[in-house]
Amino acid sequence: MIKVLFFAQLREVLSCSSLQLESVPRTVGELRQHLSEKNPLWAEWLSADKALSAVNQTMVDDLAVLKNGDDVAFFPPVTGG
Amino acid sequence: MNELVVKPKLNYIKVQEADFDQQQQYLSLTANNEQDGAVVTFVGLVRDRNEGKQVVSLTLEHYPGMTEKSLEEIADEAREKWGVGQIRIIHRVGKLSLGEQIVYVGVAAKHRRAAFHAAEFVMDFLKTRAPFWKKESTVDGDRWIEAKTSDQVAADQWS
Repeated sequence: MIKVLFFAQLREVLSCSSLQLESVPRTVGELRQHLSEKNPLWAEWLSADKALSAVNQTMVDDLAVLKNGDDVAFFPPVTGG
Repeated sequence: MNELVVKPKLNYIKVQEADFDQQQQYLSLTANNEQDGAVVTFVGLVRDRNEGKQVVSLTLEHYPGMTEKSLEEIADEAREKWGVGQIRIIHRVGKLSLGEQIVYVGVAAKHRRAAFHAAEFVMDFLKTRAPFWKKESTVDGDRWIEAKTSDQVAADQWS
């Protein structure tokens, strides 16, 4: 099982702050693909240029390999400071 | 005999709703510190106009845990690059009004150049790597602020 978190505009547009998946996709890219199949809105907002990704609180790219128990987060490019 | 070696804590990282006091931060950077001859500080504030719109307030969201972790990493990287002493980073979250302080970066170092570089490096990477997001309330409604290419360009210049 993995936990998937959404932040900021992504959380608002998808109306979802977190979800759990029983089966663990192989990579972040495959997770992105899987979630994008929900509907066109998810596909649009989870595209690689709109949503950055982190695994266990470290920024990663789509090739990052997932394992059981991981926390994955998707969020827009950051705008702090 | 085992000697207890107490490592000085070189990073002070805080993500908080409360405001901060610059003088208090300065005193923390200089207390019991006779080796550093330079302190550089930066404060970011909520400004009144953004992209031509009158701003009423800002709301800052973050990813608890990852924020602190990424700020620690950025501070460590700055110290490795310039051999500076203590680095203090405070970033506020929640709702902030015009003129309020958003972010504080303070760096103590032996000499000024390292302190200037480290403070700028921390800000450039905080803006592109630390998971904070600003939502702006303007007279025309709320909108999420979009990441700026110029911020990424600034961060890329360090590599």
